[in-house]
Amino acid sequence: MTGPAGRGTTSRAHGRDIAVVAFAQTRHTRRTDDMSEVEMLMPVLHQVLSQTGLRTGDVGFTCSGSSDYLAGRAFSFTMALDGVGAWPPISESHVEMDGAWALYEAWVKLLTGESDTALVYAYGKSSPGELRDVLTRQLDPYYTAPLWPDSVALAALQAQALIDAGEADEPELAGVAARSRRDAAANPHAQLQGEVPRGRHLVRPLRVSDCPPIGDGAAAVVLAAGDRARELCERPAWIRGMDHRIEAHGLGVRDLTRSPSTRLAAEHAGLFERPVDTAELHAPFTSQELVLRRSLDLDARVRVNPSGGALAANPVMAAGLIRIGEAASRIHSGESDRALAHATSGPCLQHNLVAVLEGEAHAG
Amino acid sequence: MPPVLRAPFVVEFPFTRSLGPVQSAFLTGLRERTVLGVRTVDGRVLVPPVEYDPVTADEIRDLVEVGATGTVTTWAWNEDPRPRQPLATPFAWVLVRLDGADTSLLHVLDAPGPDAVRTGMRVRARWAAERTGAITDIACFEPYEGEPAGPARPHSGRFPEPVTGIVAPARLDYTCTPGRAQSRHLAALEGRRTVGERCPSCRKVYVPPRGACPTCGVATEEQVEVGPRGTVTTFCIVNIKAKGLDIEVPYVYAHIALDGAGLALHGRIGGIPYDEVRMGLRVEPVWREGSRHPDHYRPSGEPDADYDTYKELL
Ligand SMILES: [Zn+2]
Repeated sequence: MTGPAGRGTTSRAHGRDIAVVAFAQTRHTRRTDDMSEVEMLMPVLHQVLSQTGLRTGDVGFTCSGSSDYLAGRAFSFTMALDGVGAWPPISESHVEMDGAWALYEAWVKLLTGESDTALVYAYGKSSPGELRDVLTRQLDPYYTAPLWPDSVALAALQAQALIDAGEADEPELAGVAARSRRDAAANPHAQLQGEVPRGRHLVRPLRVSDCPPIGDGAAAVVLAAGDRARELCERPAWIRGMDHRIEAHGLGVRDLTRSPSTRLAAEHAGLFERPVDTAELHAPFTSQELVLRRSLDLDARVRVNPSGGALAANPVMAAGLIRIGEAASRIHSGESDRALAHATSGPCLQHNLVAVLEGEAHAG
Repeated sequence: MPPVLRAPFVVEFPFTRSLGPVQSAFLTGLRERTVLGVRTVDGRVLVPPVEYDPVTADEIRDLVEVGATGTVTTWAWNEDPRPRQPLATPFAWVLVRLDGADTSLLHVLDAPGPDAVRTGMRVRARWAAERTGAITDIACFEPYEGEPAGPARPHSGRFPEPVTGIVAPARLDYTCTPGRAQSRHLAALEGRRTVGERCPSCRKVYVPPRGACPTCGVATEEQVEVGPRGTVTTFCIVNIKAKGLDIEVPYVYAHIALDGAGLALHGRIGGIPYDEVRMGLRVEPVWREGSRHPDHYRPSGEPDADYDTYKELL
């Protein structure tokens, strides 16, 4: 048995091993007009709990990620709480962010030893509003938001910076899109699958195929500590390290062709201690995958986004959590032994989270 | 399954924001056609300026004036301007490094087409005719062939009548759909029936239903007609007239447990002096023509309900 014990990992430094033991997600679609948020979310919660045999009352800590700006309603996450059975009272928290950061909070909670299991979920319905306009409201309100630069425009500036630096060209961007959508053909949850035409320029240099689909969806993960994880899952995906770092808000202060926050988070999560075989990168735009690959030194031996990634389905606020779930699933199934999961938030990869997941070596 | 209901929903807010000394100087400067930056601890000039050094986090107040001309450091051609963006005709988003600055400002460039734009091209600010102290005081940038301005010069940052705050209007438009449970509820209300949904696990009847039992965390599917009569479980007397609401104060706002419901909903009580409303009062809905919801509830004339019959629904 050559398990990871004694290898000196980031989470071991905190004295406890935590693993992703279950993952579920919706079949992401462009619209879910016939469902409320909780109606969309609830089947996913039931699925993820049934994978472990846990009931809501058994879960030590619950944490969710979502955004009021998508729902157009204050405290919208309280409605979704109906889906977890929050009475009698549960230990619960919420982040107004992607669920990957809710998972980070749950991981910290489990590291403290205050609970042994956690349910993490995230959801986003982009269909009620105009997502490109909605996302402008996360920008600095003095210098940037009054110009209403939308998410595609900002990503296009980053793509052009990459092209100007000689680090990408349009065919290379198209290659990322084609590979993602091809891989998504094997992912029943993906919104876009198979061949997708490159389409016209949405904001030049980005074409339709360089941009993520807009859609509605939800995801949920169960975390567990130590032996509890082994009870709940045949091959837990141990979180060996996790970290998140942020860069200056001003786009003109940053080198958009690099992602130093991703690099730093990866170093602190222990990514470079040993090679990974799989990487689930939260890169909604083709150009961002190239920035991330270079910042993480991922070479051709690493399988990037076998799920199709955010280019195949990008339910806002859930897409980052899905990257962790997809990476963990490949460890659960034995397709991966050491995987990287990444989530991003803010314009042009401003804020980045990196998790390193490992499966124990198979016995015999 | 009733057809999907849709309703437009607008979220609109004029955020009033106060400015610190650096942002105030920068935005007031734009009103006066003067572009200010701030010098960092290591001597770089940031435009637009910030109050804290992005590297050391030190407070920085060393204002400098830079040119209103500059160089495009990256760009993106926007063929289809969105409604609130600065130009209605196709334009380029640009990051512009103004002459004398070390960082770039995000803005838009008015150019005839993408072939007229390239990284490294020279541009200058086109000032808005009316300026208020906002980033939009620069209407846009335009191509410019002239000489670069010199290095940044120290500036006091002081102007007469400085801008100390901005009002940032924001509006987002949504089309809301209520989901399955609420759609069924709203469809029933059209026939002046109130329908709740029973939890398959704890048997409680939720009204209005939201599709899930918050206690059991399972879907509620079974339709149960409740009411029309109910019992006042608790109430309050409202003495403040709400804006745009045509109801005389004081009036009573109450929690009403409709017969058969597992929890109380809320409504206004009418047809009885406000100071005669009491817990246990039996009420019935009063519908107004063309309205989907009961306008208010009035006494039904029945004897008051016994406390034990509604104490679990308070
Ligand atoms: Zn129940």
